[in-house]
Amino acid sequence: MLRFILRRLVLAIVTLAFLLVIVTLIPNIAPGDPARKIAGGTASPERLIEVTEALGLRDSVATQLWKLVKSVVTLDFGDSFSVATGEPALSLVLTALGNSAKLVILSLIVIVPLSILGGLVTAYKKDTWIDRLIINVGIAFSAIPDFVAGVFLLAFLAVPVDFFKVQGAAPPDSGILTEIQHLLLPVIAVLLVYFGYIARVTRAGTISALDSDYARTAFMRGLSTPQVFRKHVARNALQPTVAVLGTQLGYLFGGMVALEKVFGYQGVGNLILKAVDKADYPVLRTGVLAVAIIYMLATLSADLLIAYMNPRTRQSLGDN
Amino acid sequence: MTGSPIGSQAAGAQGPSPESFAGAEPGATAPASEGKKQIRKEQLRVLYTSPGFIVGVIIVGFWIIASVLPGVLTSFDPKEFVDAGPRVKPGGEALLGTDKNGWDVYTRVIYGARKILTIAPISTALAIAVGTFLGLIMGYYKGWVDEILSRIIEAILSIPVILMAIVIIFTFGRTTTVIIGTIALLFVPAITRTIRSAAIAESDLDYVMSAKMRGESGFFIVTREILPNVVGLVVVEGTVRLGYAIFTYTTLAFLGFVGGDITDADWGIDVSQNYEQIARDIWWPSIFPAAAIASLVIGVNLIADSIDKAVKS
Repeated sequence: MLRFILRRLVLAIVTLAFLLVIVTLIPNIAPGDPARKIAGGTASPERLIEVTEALGLRDSVATQLWKLVKSVVTLDFGDSFSVATGEPALSLVLTALGNSAKLVILSLIVIVPLSILGGLVTAYKKDTWIDRLIINVGIAFSAIPDFVAGVFLLAFLAVPVDFFKVQGAAPPDSGILTEIQHLLLPVIAVLLVYFGYIARVTRAGTISALDSDYARTAFMRGLSTPQVFRKHVARNALQPTVAVLGTQLGYLFGGMVALEKVFGYQGVGNLILKAVDKADYPVLRTGVLAVAIIYMLATLSADLLIAYMNPRTRQSLGDN
Repeated sequence: MTGSPIGSQAAGAQGPSPESFAGAEPGATAPASEGKKQIRKEQLRVLYTSPGFIVGVIIVGFWIIASVLPGVLTSFDPKEFVDAGPRVKPGGEALLGTDKNGWDVYTRVIYGARKILTIAPISTALAIAVGTFLGLIMGYYKGWVDEILSRIIEAILSIPVILMAIVIIFTFGRTTTVIIGTIALLFVPAITRTIRSAAIAESDLDYVMSAKMRGESGFFIVTREILPNVVGLVVVEGTVRLGYAIFTYTTLAFLGFVGGDITDADWGIDVSQNYEQIARDIWWPSIFPAAAIASLVIGVNLIADSIDKAVKS
């Protein structure tokens, strides 16, 4: 088990280092003068030199990478160029992550029980009209892009129903209930996107677990359906669901760029979008790194949870 | 896919002499290919009669007509100031209303199909070609190349696609070539991973072993033995990825990352240009292109789902 965790951690760190190097070298690769992109077309030559130096483009690639190592060790990722000039990139990213976390946590509270319930209901009602209805509608909604779902919600809920808000962020200093009220529409959009996906995975896992010999034995021993489920089936049936949730958690943090834009929500996706728009390299670098770290932690914990649920996986993962 | 490995197996078993890699092949494969044809026929029948497939083809077919012959479906130009004037409600003078520029929303939706139906299929085809190639090579040869590429794939997959796309397009510029290349590149890892595990499973089967014992080259085994047996999977993967490509392109367009002229008819761009007016109750200029995106993605997914079911039947 320990070997498995260590192996995964080492892999994650190597991947992160790899990503970080690439993101750091972007200004070197990008066509055109990156300094001009940041300073704008009309900038004076002095300003251009200043920006070039701030970017570290005068240094050799080796020096740039060495500076990168230093910045990782000291957790100082430089100051923002243009998104919020002078602010440390790290604090900007952390604020945005906090906003994203609010959205993600609320989404999970709503999505996880509902979609697992959906998966269980459809598994027990396999091949009936209710199964087909839930799964097909769910899948149709998971197929459409999140911003499309968001725009539909704006038009059909936010405008006609006063209770739903157009803006994802509540006005400053409002209570937690108001914040939740403002987050409702983005959360519903996320629910639409994920419900069918997670429900389908749960459904498949439950059906195959219910078909197994051990479940049949348990039924034959005269246990009731809920008993069989709790004691024998759940552990196996929900493994795919946990795996999917693990990977999707990372996406919820960084992949909701378009949805954040629709609801004007200042999450980490929106921050990275702004950083790209204004060629703010320090913010971009820190943001991408943060999203990657969260994603890796999420998949790692999902893997660990699965290993805990299924001793066999534990074995095979350790041997790998 | 079902049954075809057995067919090739029989072919291998009947012509095991190492020196005759071509000679024994045609005669031996004849009965096997008969069986294959039968299976393929059955699969096609399942496909053509599934309601999901029919609905999907009708939806996608409509958008293909719109992208090839938009003039048949509308008499206006996407940037023509129509008589109705700007911000006219749907119904009445303009079928789906007009936007803030006085352009006909219906016409723009029709013309908007072309760009997406060019870029998404091209990038999908590119991704499928590269991903299938890499997956087969990695799955068959394994070894250190496989090990390194697998790690790179994990690294790419560890960043949300949209974020990665934004960063790459930002780096190399917002041209159509870059966008196609980016979408293709981002889909390669997932495709490679699927094909790789299929290739690994196939490599363990007897027909690959017997081809090896016949002394076939690795190239022959990969392209002539393994590839035909994963074609079904490649097709399924292709249609699923086409759905994702549409998803990704429209999202990039919505975020303003596709370059070009923002007045061009493009569903994603039209949504981004008009969604803020929803709050002022002018919903039609953004909701209709959004609905077009939804319909196309759902149509492609219906087709993908039906093909998947047919291949597995």
